[in-house]
Amino acid sequence: MSDQFLFATEVFINGLMAGVLYALVALGFVLIYKASGIFNYAQGVMALFAAMTLVGIMQGQVPFSHIINAIFGTEVHHFGWHVPALMAILLTVGVMVIFAWLVQRIVMRHLVGQEPIILFMATIGLAYFLEGFSDLMWGSEIKTLDVGLPQGGSFWIEDMTAGLGSDNFYGFFIDQLDIVATVVAVLLVAGLVLFSQYTKQGRAMRAVADDHQAALSVGISLNFIWILVWSVAGFVALVAGIMWGTKSGVQFSLSLIALKALPVLMLGGFTSIPGAIVGGLIIGVGEKLFEFAIGPMVGGATENWFAYVLALLFLVFRPQGLFGEKIIERV
Amino acid sequence: MKMKLTTLALGAMMAAGPVMADLVFPSLSYRTGPYAAGGIPFADGYADYFTLLNERDGGIGGEMTKLVECETGYNTEKGVECYESTKGQGALVYQPLSTGITYQLIPKVTADNIPMHTMGYGRTSAANGEVFSNVFNYPANYWNGASGVVNYLLESNGGDLKGKTIALVFHNSAYGKEPIRTLEELATKHGFNLTTLPVDHPGQEQKSQWLQIRRERPDFVVMWGWGVMNQVAIQEAANIRFPMENFIGVWWSGAEHDVLSAGAKADGYKAVTFHNVGRDFPVFDDIQKYVVDTGKAAGAGDQIGNVLYNRGMYAAMLAAEAAKTAQGIHGTADITPAMMRDGMEALVIDEAKMAALGMPNFGPAFNVSCENHGGPGLVGVTQWDAESKTWSLISDFAETDGEVIGSLIDADSSAYASENGIEPGCK
Repeated sequence: MSDQFLFATEVFINGLMAGVLYALVALGFVLIYKASGIFNYAQGVMALFAAMTLVGIMQGQVPFSHIINAIFGTEVHHFGWHVPALMAILLTVGVMVIFAWLVQRIVMRHLVGQEPIILFMATIGLAYFLEGFSDLMWGSEIKTLDVGLPQGGSFWIEDMTAGLGSDNFYGFFIDQLDIVATVVAVLLVAGLVLFSQYTKQGRAMRAVADDHQAALSVGISLNFIWILVWSVAGFVALVAGIMWGTKSGVQFSLSLIALKALPVLMLGGFTSIPGAIVGGLIIGVGEKLFEFAIGPMVGGATENWFAYVLALLFLVFRPQGLFGEKIIERV
Repeated sequence: MKMKLTTLALGAMMAAGPVMADLVFPSLSYRTGPYAAGGIPFADGYADYFTLLNERDGGIGGEMTKLVECETGYNTEKGVECYESTKGQGALVYQPLSTGITYQLIPKVTADNIPMHTMGYGRTSAANGEVFSNVFNYPANYWNGASGVVNYLLESNGGDLKGKTIALVFHNSAYGKEPIRTLEELATKHGFNLTTLPVDHPGQEQKSQWLQIRRERPDFVVMWGWGVMNQVAIQEAANIRFPMENFIGVWWSGAEHDVLSAGAKADGYKAVTFHNVGRDFPVFDDIQKYVVDTGKAAGAGDQIGNVLYNRGMYAAMLAAEAAKTAQGIHGTADITPAMMRDGMEALVIDEAKMAALGMPNFGPAFNVSCENHGGPGLVGVTQWDAESKTWSLISDFAETDGEVIGSLIDADSSAYASENGIEPGCK
C-alpha cells in the first residue's frame, strides 16, 4: 500500500476518534433539547464545572477557600486527604444532580411556557454564572486531571501496522485515550438507549419529549423529568470533561469545547442521540481529511472553518439535520 | 443642608476622581477567560512589586504608587475600553499583555502622549523609537525570540542547520504569526527548511498538526503558543514521542502550568526567555516579608518564583526604574505620562542596579535610547525538569541576529511611518 494512502487512513481513523469526543459534548445538548426544547448554552461550562469538581474532590481541595481565607484570615486550602478516582466520580455525579435540581428549582421552573429564545437566554445567563461560580469554588488555575486513563500512542497498534508501508511509514498512531473515549461513548449511548427504552423514568422522559401536555395528563411530573434530564446531561458533561480535561488539564478553555459540538448538532439534528454520534463522526473525519488534503495548500487551520461550512450546507439543504425530526409547518 | 450637600459632593468627587499625588500604574490584566492561567500570575507579580515599593520604600521617590487594575479577558475591545476608562486617572505607562490590544493602542497612546511598554510581545518594529515615539519593547521582542531559538539550535548542532527542518506550531493570530517573517529570513540565511503549522484559538484540538509532524518528522519543533494551546501541544508531542529536547517554545510557551499537565513526559522541554527563573533572589524575600506575610499580596502568595509571576514583577521593576529616571530628569517626584516617557527612553539597567534591587542576574543589562526602544534583545534558554518541577536557565543571555532583525525592523517601521504620515526622528 502506498504511504499516502496509509497516512490518509491514519487521518481517517483519528478523525473518527476526534468525532467521538465531539459527539460526547453534543450528546448533552441533545438530551436537554429533546426533553425540554431548551438549547442549553451552558453545556460546555457544565463540562468545565464537573471536571473542576472532580479534581477538587480527588485532591481534597476546600471549596471556596479563597473567599473563606479572605473573610476569616485563615490559610485553609486542602482537607489533607485524597479521594480515589471512582469515588470522586460518584460524588461529582451527586454534585451534578444537586446542580440539576437547583437549575430546575431556581431557573427553569419559573420559565415554563416561555418562548424558546427566553429559555435560551436563561441558559446563557446560567453559563456565565457557572463560569464565575466554578472559579470561586475551585480557583482558576490549571488543574491536572488523572483518573488513571492511558495516554499516548499505542505501541501495539504501531508495531502491528508498521510493516504495511515503506520505511517512511511508522505504523498507525492512535491515542490510547481516544480508544478509551470511544469505548466510553459506546457504553454511554448504549446505557442511554437502555435507560430510555426499558426503565419507567426513561419511558416517562420519552413521553415528555414527545408531548409535554399529554405526558402531564397521564400524571408524569414535568419537574422530576427535567431534573432527571439535567442530571443525565450533567453526567454526560462530566464524561466529556474527563476526556478533554485529561488531554489539556482542567481549565477555562474546557468550556469552549461546546463550539466543537455546534456543527455536530446542526449536522446530526438537535433531537437525535444517534444523530449526535453520526454527526460527530462525519465532522471529525471530514475536518481531519480536509486539513490533510487541502490544508497545506491554503495555509492550514481549516478544521473549524470546514466543520461550520459543512454544517451550513446541511442547514441549507436539510435544516433538521440528518436524524432530526422533520419540520412540518401547517398553515 | 446646602453645606452638607456641597461637602458630600466634594467628598464624592475626591473619592471618584484621580488622586494626583499618586503615581498611577494601570494593570490591564486578565484574571478570567481562556488565558487567565497566564494572566493571573503576571498580574500578581506586577501588583506585588508596586505594593512592595509602597510598603518597604514609601513608594517611588517619596510618591506612593497606585495600581489601577482593569480586566480585559485578553479581549481586544475590552482592552481598548480599559485604556479609555483609565487614562484619565494619570496613567503613567500601559502594559496590555496582549499583542492584539497593543496594535489597537499604538495610535491612541501616541496621540495621548502616554508611554506603552510591551515587553516580549506587541509590534516588534516598535523597537524603532524614531517612528514609535511612545511604544517601548525592551529588553527583547518576538524577533529576538525567534532568532534566539535559531541561535540556540545552531549552537547545539555545531553551528550548522543546513538541510534540517524546523516546524513552527503557532497560535493562528497576530501574535502567533509575528515570528514567521524572521524565521523565513533566518531559514534562507542558515539553509534550514521551515514548515508552518497554525493552530486555531483556543488550541484544544491539535491532532492534525501533530499527525503532520509525526509524518514529516521535522528535526525541531518551535512553538509560538499561549493558553491551552501550550498544554495540548506539549501533551501531543509526548503522545507521538517527539523528543522533548528538540521542542522549544517562545517565552509565552514556557511557564509551569504549560508543562505540568504532561507530567514526566514533558521533561527536557525548552523555552527561550529574557529574564531569569526561580525564586532564589533577595527581592522575593522582601515580597514575602512586606507583601505576602502582611496579607497584602494580590494573589495567594504561592506563585512567587513562577515564570510568569517573575515576568510580571520584572515588568513592574522596569516601570518603577523608569519612573525614578523620569523623576531624576525632571526634578520632580510627581511625574506626568510625558515625563515617564522620557524616563523610559533614558532608562539604564546595569548589573549594579539589579543587584541593589535584590535581583542580581535576573535579566540582562541594557540601555534604552530614542533610536532603540527595544533594548539589546538578549535571549536565554530555560529547560523544564519534570522531577523537581522547576525551570532552569541553561544558557547565558546571548545576542540575537541584529543584522536580520534590524533590517526587518527598519522595513516594517518605515512602512508604518509612511502609512501614518510620521516623520521619523527623536523628540
